[in-house]
Amino acid sequence: MADVVLKTDRLNKCFGALKASSDVSLDLRSGEIHALIGPNGAGKSTLIKQIAGNLVPDSGTVELLGQDVTALDTVARARMGLGRTFQISALAMEYTVLQNAVLGALGGRGRVFHFFRNVMKDPELLEQARDALERVGLTQDANRRTADLSHGQRRQLEVAVALTLKPKLFLMDEPMAGLGTAGSKALTGFLDGLRQEAPILLVEHDMDAVFALADRISVLVYGQIIATGTADEIRANAEVRRAYLGEEDAA
Amino acid sequence: MMLTRESLLNWAMIAALLVVPLAAWSLDEPFIITLATKAAILALAGVGLNIALGLGGLISLGHAAFFGIGGYAMGILAAHAQNYEPLFEWPFLFEGSNQMPLIWLVAVVFSALAALVIGALSLRTSGVYFIMITLAFGQMLYYFAISWSAYGGEDGLSIWVRNEFPGLNTLDPIQFFAIAYVILCLALVFAARLARSPFGLALAAARQNEDRVQAVGLTPFVLRLTAFVISGAITGLAGALFADLNRFVSPTMLSWHTSGEIMIFVILGGVGRLYGPVAGAALYILLEHLLGGISDYWQIFLGVLLLLIVLFARGGLIGALAGREKAHG
Repeated sequence: MADVVLKTDRLNKCFGALKASSDVSLDLRSGEIHALIGPNGAGKSTLIKQIAGNLVPDSGTVELLGQDVTALDTVARARMGLGRTFQISALAMEYTVLQNAVLGALGGRGRVFHFFRNVMKDPELLEQARDALERVGLTQDANRRTADLSHGQRRQLEVAVALTLKPKLFLMDEPMAGLGTAGSKALTGFLDGLRQEAPILLVEHDMDAVFALADRISVLVYGQIIATGTADEIRANAEVRRAYLGEEDAA
Repeated sequence: MMLTRESLLNWAMIAALLVVPLAAWSLDEPFIITLATKAAILALAGVGLNIALGLGGLISLGHAAFFGIGGYAMGILAAHAQNYEPLFEWPFLFEGSNQMPLIWLVAVVFSALAALVIGALSLRTSGVYFIMITLAFGQMLYYFAISWSAYGGEDGLSIWVRNEFPGLNTLDPIQFFAIAYVILCLALVFAARLARSPFGLALAAARQNEDRVQAVGLTPFVLRLTAFVISGAITGLAGALFADLNRFVSPTMLSWHTSGEIMIFVILGGVGRLYGPVAGAALYILLEHLLGGISDYWQIFLGVLLLLIVLFARGGLIGALAGREKAHG
């Protein structure tokens, strides 16, 4: 069996009477794309936040690269190699595209307490940043203000910034959201190749992308994982069809 | 490198701040030199605040604390020196000092320490709570100074003779101006480099999007605390110079009015613009001098101006003259 890079073990999280995560156990193995799907309000965002370190679970553990990281914050987990993209683009809007990518490379390198040298003339950081921008197809836009980018381009930049970190795994929260058909297709092709570099835990609503990409799919409903399996297994699963793909289809 | 409109404007301002007192010197108008010196020192205080406020997005209403600590560093050292009373006798005898370099060092160290403590506590909050906590710390020091009778209490401390700088006659207005001007220029060079440095990139990113900074593995709190300490140290240095200009320090330097004034320099000139505090402080001194001659209530006009700038020219004076800041690539 391939190495497990991320593992959650019986995560529980409640908000008052609402059980947002209920005994959620899943893992991510090297070389794979593991998609997490589920209807709105199923608790996907809550789960992502517990994996990234924004939320502390009520019980259960999160393991990253074989180490228990439940008590570590987002910064520590990012440093360990968790590359995250956000559902709503989290970028420095006043910066140029290149500056955002350089910020990522700087974070990846970690030595930030330099007060005199010009960060935009650091050849090592620039090379990593330009390289990442080229891979997502933003080279032409490197000197544009991030605020002036289209929605789709911001999604691309999110992925580029994650790339500059050279992460050991990716945590992508709806990277296709709001992309057009063409953009979605292009990103699908890109992620397909990316899994060889680092495995991806992919939260996504775009079912075409999910079924085309995922090695395994987990279905989250009301805070519980009701099924995990290959695309075919999930398609054939009656419970999934009932809960998620629409009852009328299952009937 | 091509000169942008903003950098041309910056050069023009810093040149004007030099030419005006030089002209006044040749015309034997020491009062104008003193005004220019005051503008340079207050601009320096603003350059300090601008690192926290403009770059880091930290709305500190407590920078009077650092300005005042710098002032009292000067006052206390110089008072002991002029009265020949030892400040402490252990581990060695120290009778205060009237040497500016030593006074500046003490001012910078103590205001940086104060910024470290105040920052470490107040940066755990954000938004309006941060404003209130910095304000509260400033007021705490203000009331402490009022009741500190050993150093003049409410009346403050007067120094008879301005402190000395090796090789210069600091009592000559133009020479003291030169000291303040050179320090301001050095601080501007430092602030410019800081803004473009790896630290500056990360700090300003934390202002724009905290999640992003954390996701790339950097801790916003540490970045902000560092910025706050640097900011407080520069404002503290300005405080030492300001006290030396007046040969007087009093709790007024620590009051929240002073915090507000420093913030006004930054806002008038343009928040986050490198030379914003220079434009703001110069304009403030100019208005105080010109309008103050017309009416004792000149600050009403200042208030109107501030209102207009906040409503219509968010980039302050520099934003109005040089346009929106370019994202430099």
